[in-house]
Amino acid sequence: MTQPDGMILGGLGDPVHDSQRCFRGILDAMSRPARPVTLASPPDAPPGVAPATMAVLHCLLDQDTPLWLDPGLQARAARHISFHTQAPLVAEMSAASFILVGDGLQLPDLSCLPLGDPAYPERGATLLVQVGDLASGGALRFRGPGIDGTADLQIDGLAPEFWPAFAVNTELFPLGFDTILFAGTRIVGLPRTTLLEEA
Amino acid sequence: MTTPDSRGGSYNFAYLDEQSKRMIRRAILKAVALPGYQVPFGGREMPMPHGWGTGGIQVTASIIGRDDVLKVIDQGADDTTNAVSIRNFFLRTTGVATTERTADASIIQTRHRMPERKLQEGQIMVFQVPIPEPLRWLEPRESETRTMHALAEYGIMHVRLYEDIARLGRIATAYDYPVQVNGRYLMRPSPIPKFDNPKLDRNPALLLFGAGREKRIYAVPPYTDVKSLDFEDHPFEVQSWDHTCALCGADDSFLDEIVTDDKGGRMFVCSDTDYCAERRTADGANAEAAE
Repeated sequence: MTQPDGMILGGLGDPVHDSQRCFRGILDAMSRPARPVTLASPPDAPPGVAPATMAVLHCLLDQDTPLWLDPGLQARAARHISFHTQAPLVAEMSAASFILVGDGLQLPDLSCLPLGDPAYPERGATLLVQVGDLASGGALRFRGPGIDGTADLQIDGLAPEFWPAFAVNTELFPLGFDTILFAGTRIVGLPRTTLLEEA
Repeated sequence: MTTPDSRGGSYNFAYLDEQSKRMIRRAILKAVALPGYQVPFGGREMPMPHGWGTGGIQVTASIIGRDDVLKVIDQGADDTTNAVSIRNFFLRTTGVATTERTADASIIQTRHRMPERKLQEGQIMVFQVPIPEPLRWLEPRESETRTMHALAEYGIMHVRLYEDIARLGRIATAYDYPVQVNGRYLMRPSPIPKFDNPKLDRNPALLLFGAGREKRIYAVPPYTDVKSLDFEDHPFEVQSWDHTCALCGADDSFLDEIVTDDKGGRMFVCSDTDYCAERRTADGANAEAAE
């Protein structure tokens, strides 16, 4: 891997409490899927990275979490992310525990994501995807653990080829990847247990 | 309320260092994504021995923030040794507000009970777990139990429950009664009485389980199906009592038997002290209003 590119901005203003607040936001999003959660006071983010994305990277990543960046982010944001999180950047998606996609309309090949092992399903990757917008009450209907009945969600700026991969992921349970979507300061959790209802 | 400044600056907020918290937080998120599956984590040494709830304490320390209101119970009571010492630990290391009222708490750490009052969306329960593996007394080898979970091969647990019925005419397990979560993983609900098992099913709160000695974290997300194992002709049922609570008269709560003298005197009272106190206060208010 070549030297990461881009500039370095400031980190978290209050690392201990900002991380804690952010984590509760992520925990809320993952335990109540398909419901947008706003992360308060997110940190500075380099071009191409949403404030919520940067908050989550600060909160969850460190030297133990290999990170895969798509080529666009590799060029613009790798230096900032690498400096602040200390996460090793990896060239192969199969070696990463977190995969960050800067633009939901340009998805990499999701069949390369680590899905875990039947004995250790928690080794499945966490997929982070930035999309255009997230709002509750849209055309997509989800059900599963964490959802009381069904939850409706509007996602703008996510390529349609995401959903076949998502459906395969559902079938593979307990293997699979867990998804977090980002738009601005909002996040939505779609853990591997969440099912998309056929329209 | 104590302010965080009164901690004296000796320890990080909530005792654990930030890197340990990050590792535990990642384990919690995977646990939420795999309901009932035990995620291994790098358990840390805490300033108290295993068996005092170090698993639950590490989970609470990794999620708690300055805005939280913490309740800690041991066997349903807020005023027993384990509950008091854990509450004091978090008071000293975080300065967060604490409460004995179930309704007011954002995080409830528990040993061996769930509150009688229905939990709400947004609340988090943290269970202290001594032995996380439901199959451990049937199969001591971790490599074997791990394979059984991978294959969802839970026949030996059904055989164990069947042997109870064959020998005793009923399933004798009264606490830590095995459950299946979201139709997949077999889970030990920690040593709560089976009376509390129905509360696990589709609970609006997030349920997190921490085992310190065994270094495992697992979770039941809100509104998740949790089924107590049983047989068609021997359906799961909870304990019932011939008594009501001697203090508040409740007929719907888990009762403790208390010996009151050495002449055979005894009374039955609610194990959930907050529930009992709240009912007595309400009765008092009603009686005054009636006068």
